[in-house]
Amino acid sequence: MRRALLVGALLALSLVAAAGASEQKPTLAELERELICPTCQTTLELSNAPIAERMRSFIRARIAAGDTKSEIKASLVEQFGESVLAAPPKKGFNLLAWVLPLAGAALALGLLAFALVRWSRARPEAAEPAPASANGGPPLDPELERRLDEELARYDG
Amino acid sequence: MARRAKLILQAAAVLVVALLVALLGWKVAEQEEGRGLSAALERGERPHPPPLTFETLDGDETISLADYRGKAVVLNFWASWCQPCKKEAPMLQETWERYRDEGLVVLGIDAQDFRQDARRFVERYELTYPIAYDGNGKSLGRFGNTGFPETWFVGRDGRLVGEHIIGEFDEEQLEENVQAALTTATR
Repeated sequence: MRRALLVGALLALSLVAAAGASEQKPTLAELERELICPTCQTTLELSNAPIAERMRSFIRARIAAGDTKSEIKASLVEQFGESVLAAPPKKGFNLLAWVLPLAGAALALGLLAFALVRWSRARPEAAEPAPASANGGPPLDPELERRLDEELARYDG
Repeated sequence: MARRAKLILQAAAVLVVALLVALLGWKVAEQEEGRGLSAALERGERPHPPPLTFETLDGDETISLADYRGKAVVLNFWASWCQPCKKEAPMLQETWERYRDEGLVVLGIDAQDFRQDARRFVERYELTYPIAYDGNGKSLGRFGNTGFPETWFVGRDGRLVGEHIIGEFDEEQLEENVQAALTTATR
């Protein structure tokens, strides 16, 4: 258990470090995946439109000048608006795009858990086994049992 | 209680779906409005252009088509990276100089472009007519534009007139449509 926690913590730390490095020293390739070409509406990496070429040269120049990823994105948003970002920013109305899928997944999980609890509670009542017969075999049909009792009584008598 | 919660959840789900459908409808209607303008002109109708307001290229003022009521307007959508736009710019400047005293305005709308590239373009071609900046290109869809350059003409009455020119125009085509815009009545 401790080892699993340690591995998880190390993994989280390495992810945070990688994200920090990517923020401070972004590459053209990763920005191309995170930005949209305004004329063809695909990510920059898939576009060879003239404006996409111009955006690439702008990004190269900004990387060379030492801008962070956020600064480069902010300057492109200033020119082309937020639609230039492949993923909407996590603020304002755009926050819905991030929150709604998570809320939907949480709701679905909640409903599933609720249904499972109800199902597991209802099952013992609904499928309550009939009392077993004295020899442990399946119970007899009531009519058959009545006739058997009569026969036994007649035999005893 | 469980029944009430179920009803609330169902109502919320229906509301979310209705909102998404309304959003989709609004987007489709907006696109159709643009496509419809060109078709209406071809049928000989004279629709109103979308009531848009833009920033100027310098970003210090706003420009709206409504500001030019009573004037004829050449509305040219361009971008500095567009090759045919480089051929059109001198012709537009010449037209602006020739007809501005008769009430013609050439309005360039620079879209999907870097502001600094557009400024360099304006300096290079010595353009003095008003230039609006639409970086994210939201106006393109409202007009139903699909590329660069595209040119529309607005009469003095504020309605579209003449042709919707898709791609590069020639001098004759420009002159013909400018005359059509200039000769419209104010009302």
